[in-house]
Amino acid sequence: MADAGRSHPWPVTSGSQAEVGGLELLRPARLRPRWLVAGALTVAVAAVAGLIIGPVFISPGAVLGHLSGFHPDLTMTELAIVDQIRLPRVVLGLLVGGTLAISGAGYQGVFRNPLADPYLLGAAAGAGLAVTLVFAGTVGGGSTVGAAPLAAFLGSLGAVGLTYALGVSGGSRPSTGSLILAGVAVGSFLTAIQTFIQQRHQDSIRQVYSWILGRLSTAGWHDVLLLLPYAAVSWVVLLTQRRVLDVLAVGDDEAATLGIDVRRTRLVVIVAASLGTAAAVSVSGLIGFVGIIVPHAVRLIAGRSNRVVLPLSILFGGAFLCAADLLARIIATPDEIPIGVVTAFFGAPFFVLVLRHSRKGAS
Amino acid sequence: MIDCSGVTVALGNQVILSGVDLTVARGEWVCVVGPNGAGKSTLLRFIAGVVHGGGVLQFDGRPAAALRRRQRARTVALVPQTPTIPDGISVTDYVLLGRAPHIRAMGVEGARDLRAVHEALAQLDLLGMVDRVVATLSGGERQRVLLARALAQEAPVLLLDEPTTALDVGHQQQVLELIEMLRKQRDLAVISTMHDLTLAGQYADRVALLDAGRIVAEGTAADVLTEANVSRYYKARVTVIDQGGRPVVLPMRSDHQQAAGLMSPKGTPAT
Repeated sequence: MADAGRSHPWPVTSGSQAEVGGLELLRPARLRPRWLVAGALTVAVAAVAGLIIGPVFISPGAVLGHLSGFHPDLTMTELAIVDQIRLPRVVLGLLVGGTLAISGAGYQGVFRNPLADPYLLGAAAGAGLAVTLVFAGTVGGGSTVGAAPLAAFLGSLGAVGLTYALGVSGGSRPSTGSLILAGVAVGSFLTAIQTFIQQRHQDSIRQVYSWILGRLSTAGWHDVLLLLPYAAVSWVVLLTQRRVLDVLAVGDDEAATLGIDVRRTRLVVIVAASLGTAAAVSVSGLIGFVGIIVPHAVRLIAGRSNRVVLPLSILFGGAFLCAADLLARIIATPDEIPIGVVTAFFGAPFFVLVLRHSRKGAS
Repeated sequence: MIDCSGVTVALGNQVILSGVDLTVARGEWVCVVGPNGAGKSTLLRFIAGVVHGGGVLQFDGRPAAALRRRQRARTVALVPQTPTIPDGISVTDYVLLGRAPHIRAMGVEGARDLRAVHEALAQLDLLGMVDRVVATLSGGERQRVLLARALAQEAPVLLLDEPTTALDVGHQQQVLELIEMLRKQRDLAVISTMHDLTLAGQYADRVALLDAGRIVAEGTAADVLTEANVSRYYKARVTVIDQGGRPVVLPMRSDHQQAAGLMSPKGTPAT
C-alpha cells in the first residue's frame, strides 16, 4: 500500500492510493439484472391487476392458471372478459406506455434536454390537427371516426417531418436548439389552425377533446396488432442506440471527435421515436406525462446511463400506463375518466416523491 | 505524424485560419501560442475534424479526408478547453467514452476496452476514484480524468486546448509533467495551445506563434518567445529572461516600466 505509487513520477496524494486492482475494479454503467427483474415484476403485477379488477372481479389464481395454459377455471363469460376485453387492453397499455416512455427517453438523450418529451417536435399538434379535421368532417366525408387513427398517425409524422426540415435548413450546422425552436413554431402554427377549425365546428369539440385527453381503446386485439410492428421497430432501433446516446451526452463536437456520426444518430433516434410515438398516439390519443416522468423516475432510481434508462423505460412505462388505465376504469365506475388525467394526477405526486427521495439519498 | 499545409478555415464570412503550415513528428510536443482570437482552438479543432476547411492535412502521409470518422478518432484525441461533463457520470464511465471509436456502432465495450481504460486510469493515478462523480472532482483531478479519456482513445496524436487554464501553479506543473511522461511512454505527437508563455517555453520542443490566423513565428521557444514578438503580437509589455535556453516571460506593470525609463515621462505608452 505504502509503495503503491512508486511508479509515478510525481507525489501521490493520500486517498488516491488505493491498491491497484484489476479490471473488476471498474464498474461501468450497465443494466443490472436486479433492475431487469424489478421491471419485469412490476409489469407482471400491473398486468395481473388489470386482468382481475373491473366490474366483474376474477380471481388471480384463475387468471394466472388460464394465462399459463392450464385448464381454465373460468366461466365462459369470464373467459370472454379476459381474452377479448381486458387482456388486449392490458397489452395495449404496456405497448403504448413502453413506447411513449422509451421515445421520451430517446428524445431527452438526443436533445440533451431533460424536459424533452415525445411531443417536442410537434407530434401532438400534428395529430391534434389531423384528428380535428376528421371529426369536423372537413376531410374524409361521411363515416369519419374510423379515420381518426390513421389521420393521427400521418398528422403526427407530418408535423415532425416539417419540424425536422425547418430545423436543419436553418444553417450549415443544425443544432438541437434550432430543432427545438422549429418544433415550437410548428406546434403553435398547427395548434392555431386546429383551434380555428374547432371554433368553426363547435359540434365536434366534445369528440376532439375526449380524443386529446387520451384513452386505451376497447377495440379488442385490433389496435394491439396495429401498434405492435411500429412499437417493436421503435424499441429495437432505440435500444441499439443506447450506448451511442451516452457518448452524445458530451455534446455534438466532442462526440464527433470520439468517432460518432452525430447527425445520423440524431436522425435515427428522432425517426424511431417519432414513428413509435405516432403509432401510440394513433391508437390512444394524446397521453401526456408518461414520456417525461417514467424516464426521469428510472434515472433517479437506477442511474443516468441510457443503457439503463432506455430498456427500463419500456418496462416501467408499460406498467405505469397499465396501472393508470386500471385507475381510469375503476375510480368513477361505471364511467371511465380520461387516462391522461390519471397519468398526470398520480404521476406528478409520485414524481415529487421520487425526486425528494433521491435528493435525500444523494446528500 | 501530423502534416498541415496551407490550412484555411472560414466560419461564416470570417476567415479564422489562412495558409497555416505545421508539421509535428511522433514524440514531439509543439505549443501553439498567440493572442485571443488568433485561431489556436480552431487549428486544433480542424486537426481533430470538428471544423472543416481547405488545405491539406495528413497523418503519417495519409490524407485525413481518406480516414473514416472512427479511424480518425482512433488517430486523434482532443482534450477540449471546456469539456461538457454529463450529469452524474462516474470517472469510469467518462474515461470509457474514449473507447467509443473502438467499439462497433451497436455493440458494448469488451475486455480489451476495459483494459485500456484501466491502463489509462492507472497511468494517471485515478484507480482510487473510479466510482467518483466527475463533476465533484477538483480542477487537477478533473484534468487528469480528461487526459485519461484521451489516453483511452489510444490515438497517436494528442491535442490539448489550454490544458492548464484554471489550475493553480502546482497543478499546472503536475498536468504538464504528466503530458510529458505520456508523450515519452506512448511516443505521442502532442499539440497544445497555451496562454502561459513561460510554461509553453518550459515544455515545448517547438513553439508556433499564431496571429490573425497565420503562423507568424515558429521554432524553438527561445527563437519565438522574444520580447519583440510578444510585444508586437500580444500588445503586451514583457521582459524575457533566458533560463538555459528556456525563456521565462515576465509581464511588467506599466508604472514599473515607467520607473525603468521604458515609457515616456508623460506616462503615455510608447506604443
